[in-house]
Amino acid sequence: MNTPMQDQRQWPLYEVFVRARAGLDHKHVGSLHAADATMAIEHARDLYTRRQEGISIWVVPSKEITASDPAETDSLFEPARDKIYRHPTFYEIPDEVKTL
Amino acid sequence: MYTQALDVHGSDAASLDDGALERRFLERVDAEEKIEPKDWMPARYRNTLIRQISQHAHSEIVGMLPEGNWITRAPTLQRKAILIAKVQDEAGHGAYLYSAAETLGVSRDQLVDQLLSGRAKYSSIFNYPTPTWADVGAIGWLVDGAAIMNQIPLCRCSYGPYARAMVRICREESFHQRQGFDLLTRLAKGTPEQRRMAQEALDRWWWPALMMFGPSDANSTHTGDSQRWKIKRFSNDELRQKFVDFTVPQAKFLGLVIPDPQLRWDPIKQQHEFGQIDWTEFEQVLKGNGPCNAERLAARRNAHTAGAWVREAAIAHAEKQRQRAAAATAASA
Repeated sequence: MNTPMQDQRQWPLYEVFVRARAGLDHKHVGSLHAADATMAIEHARDLYTRRQEGISIWVVPSKEITASDPAETDSLFEPARDKIYRHPTFYEIPDEVKTL
Repeated sequence: MYTQALDVHGSDAASLDDGALERRFLERVDAEEKIEPKDWMPARYRNTLIRQISQHAHSEIVGMLPEGNWITRAPTLQRKAILIAKVQDEAGHGAYLYSAAETLGVSRDQLVDQLLSGRAKYSSIFNYPTPTWADVGAIGWLVDGAAIMNQIPLCRCSYGPYARAMVRICREESFHQRQGFDLLTRLAKGTPEQRRMAQEALDRWWWPALMMFGPSDANSTHTGDSQRWKIKRFSNDELRQKFVDFTVPQAKFLGLVIPDPQLRWDPIKQQHEFGQIDWTEFEQVLKGNGPCNAERLAARRNAHTAGAWVREAAIAHAEKQRQRAAAATAASA
């Protein structure tokens, strides 16, 4: 019996993103294995939209995704921490000034 | 439910750094923060989840077999279409769960190999046969019903990808239970032969469904870590009790008798008292001596072997398309 570990050629892993309806972003819904991108779209349709969950699918080979390192989270996002003047609530606008 | 035969192994040796990392990890879990794939996690947490999620996935895939048995013999076109949709959902659930397991650093091929070699377990319930059409109804009503009881708390488990897969699965699972109950309602309110078929299916599936929840709490040695890490939110006995309390009135509606002479309502505890489970049967099924263990594994191995040409052809086709596209680009350059 040819065990899976002996298969020389395997189907690569793809990440799947689905747009639920026009106006919304594509959202990550999971992953699947497929021989190529065309098959990945068809499989994503079968796997992630059986109940009309989407009108558009993106598939990306998982190896093409670069992720930020969770161990670096604090230093990566540090620059925004002391810039509260980016928020409208930082500014006191007198009551008599309307529509600002 | 998916760790009925799980041993939680793993080294307890940790460096000083690991100690601090583990404390931080436990603080996050206690604060109900989700753990995501690239986050630091104890090796035992990772291994426990790989084992549980993959065994859950195997259960879905093997679970397609007892009901798949009736697709060609469903009594009406509508029942056939419904059964096909359910079995298709089970394949999808297996796929979501394999994907979730893969985020922990294991490959799909490794997991499939574990199942086909007999090293990995799947839920004991799928080692029982489906001799009649009523068994399809009993599986939907009782087996999916028990699974739902277990799966809803899993939607809040600490590991993000598993929790998200469970949310998707729970949304789909409720039709599974309803179509089974609807099927049995038709039989139970039908001819005497249909009623008898429904009753006999309930007789066959009641106790195995209760066994799905795993050993009683007193005999559950490995749930401590699972509960500490918020993988498991409720104990086996708590979930089993809830399942009994929900299901008894449903059986009453069907006019069917649950095969437990000791089943009675306890007005003081406000719950049902029920009889002793035969744990020797459960242990035998887990060991591989259930009625269909050998048949289920053989079916999976045959499907994998017989389907090898499809996997290889897909790769060859993809390669051919890639070469043609490259040649077309070169020609028009």
